[in-house]
Amino acid sequence: MRFTNTLLVALRALRRNKMRSVLTALGIIIGIGAVITIVSMGNGAKARVEAQVAALGQNIITVYPGSFSSGGMRGGFGSSATLTVEDAEAIAAEIEDIDGVSPEVRDRNQVLANGLNWNTSVNGESPDYPYIKNWPIVQGAMFSDQDVKSLAKVCVIGKTVVDQLFPNEDPIGQTLRIRNLPFRVVGVLDVKGFSLFGSDQDDVVIIPYTSHMRRVSRRANISSILVQGASPEKLDVVKQRIEDLLTQRRRGREPDFTVRTQEEIAQTATETSKTMTLLLGGIAVVSLIVGGIGVMNIMLVSVTERTREIGIRLAIGAHGRDVLTQFLIEAVLLSVLGGVLGILCGVGASEFASAYFGMPTLVSPGSIVAAVGFSTAIGVFFGFYPARKAAQLDPIEALRYE
Amino acid sequence: MTPVVKIEEIHKIYDSGEVPVHAVRGVSLEIVKGEFVALMGASGSGKSTLMNLLGCLDRPTRGRFYLDGIDISQLDKNELADLRNQKLGFVFQGFNLLARTTALENVELPMLYGRHRRMSGSQIRDRAMECLDAVGLGNRADHFPNQLSGGQQQRVAIARALVNHPQVLLADEPTGNLDSKTSVEVMGVFQKLNASGITIVMVTHELDIAHYCKRNLILRDGVVVRDEFVKDRSIAESELGKLRAAEAAAKLTAAPAA
Repeated sequence: MRFTNTLLVALRALRRNKMRSVLTALGIIIGIGAVITIVSMGNGAKARVEAQVAALGQNIITVYPGSFSSGGMRGGFGSSATLTVEDAEAIAAEIEDIDGVSPEVRDRNQVLANGLNWNTSVNGESPDYPYIKNWPIVQGAMFSDQDVKSLAKVCVIGKTVVDQLFPNEDPIGQTLRIRNLPFRVVGVLDVKGFSLFGSDQDDVVIIPYTSHMRRVSRRANISSILVQGASPEKLDVVKQRIEDLLTQRRRGREPDFTVRTQEEIAQTATETSKTMTLLLGGIAVVSLIVGGIGVMNIMLVSVTERTREIGIRLAIGAHGRDVLTQFLIEAVLLSVLGGVLGILCGVGASEFASAYFGMPTLVSPGSIVAAVGFSTAIGVFFGFYPARKAAQLDPIEALRYE
Repeated sequence: MTPVVKIEEIHKIYDSGEVPVHAVRGVSLEIVKGEFVALMGASGSGKSTLMNLLGCLDRPTRGRFYLDGIDISQLDKNELADLRNQKLGFVFQGFNLLARTTALENVELPMLYGRHRRMSGSQIRDRAMECLDAVGLGNRADHFPNQLSGGQQQRVAIARALVNHPQVLLADEPTGNLDSKTSVEVMGVFQKLNASGITIVMVTHELDIAHYCKRNLILRDGVVVRDEFVKDRSIAESELGKLRAAEAAAKLTAAPAA
């Protein structure tokens, strides 16, 4: 039998039971729709995370102090303070293809001003910091290299600190006290919002790292070193050079530092949303399989119902294969129809989610191609058993069937 | 003349149940081209089994069956299907038309499965129309089975059986679901086809219907107990004339304009 004829016969059979066909396809529609929606939401979330990571500053290399080890027992990262200002200065002086270096000293302190007080992060940084972090000063200016040299008692503060300590007034020129030392506010950082890991990035006071080490924390070592690479292509080379330089400076001692690029940190952040997408996608695939079983169920019913018809076809010369193809095409048509409608529903749901709930979504052509392929596969897989059952009917029995 | 159907000592034993059932016990038979045979017998006499064997829907347990010179016991399932498609035409008691499918499409069906001749869509259509015209239903081509009377449905089924120019037309109680007048009409169609040279084998348990055939075979307990040619058989044309006259006399229908 010609394929077009078989296709026509199958289409006619589906049209004969419109309601049933639609309900059967509904299982596939929901499954495919869910997969498309979830994958597009996952992609959207990933794109948003990537944008957030980019906003953290680009091409950043961070040097962390390494683990200390004594007698074979090794502590975790930062368990020993081994980075020094000299390390940072050496990087700034000797490494090529970098645009800025900031030795970081981090601390939490009670900060007082205006008769108000607030516990916040007090970080020591270099004047390169706003540039490295891609974080502009919106009011006033960043402190200078001169301030670093002179251990000046100046600070730049985040928006949250402004709100807490200087409500309703201009913070520039005001004084706040850290460990009872007066620091003059010279600049206010732009609003940055929450970090990928949920902390308020605007809740910060930034002072020269020298002032931090000598006046506030009285520490000899720094918490980390931020390095701005000049271009993304050379990031790995720069990272290698920093590692080599620091190793050389350790003069044969075991390396007590770790160098990470921004990319590696971003990967950790996208990992979470990836896991979520995978999990929800898995649930959607389960619903798709349930839909496929629905198709199989209806095809089995259909074969039983049309036993006589199959008997007639076999009696007048249809081969088993003709009957098999006919029912297989019916099942595939049913699930492909569901797949196409499911794609429309999925795209619609994604649009709806981004329009009304502000969820970032991104429908990828790949997921649409996969959905079509998958629904066809479901049709073939779940349609095969009923179709084979039909093809193997004995014509005499089938003709006698009431 | 080589017989169209030649059966030698055919047996059919079913062993699906606990006790094997010996439905056909050694039937030998020859049917030549142009014959019109009625196969008769009480239920359980094996006539349906014999009909299934003749229709190549089933294979004999023992014995040989040559259809148009071909030994069917050697053929596989698909070859049997092709043989049914090319050499046989089926008419069933329950008409067995596809529902929600027009008369024309029903008649086209065997040609869609035809493997030996490749026909174009318009050739298929033309041939189907030709056969519908032959049974007098050319004007009902696009009617659905549920829009046709029983007699008309059976005539569509006959047209479907004819499209592939079969060697033998097999009819299994073709008048079983019809009233007496329509039965005679259908027998008229068969007689006309037989007169044009088509071989027909039909199963019936009605003696008067069998009387329209040329040869009667009586089966009992799986063997042929009687095989005779019908003397002065009924002619459907004249019987129909008589029926119409009787109906007119009883005021069932308007009197024929004469």
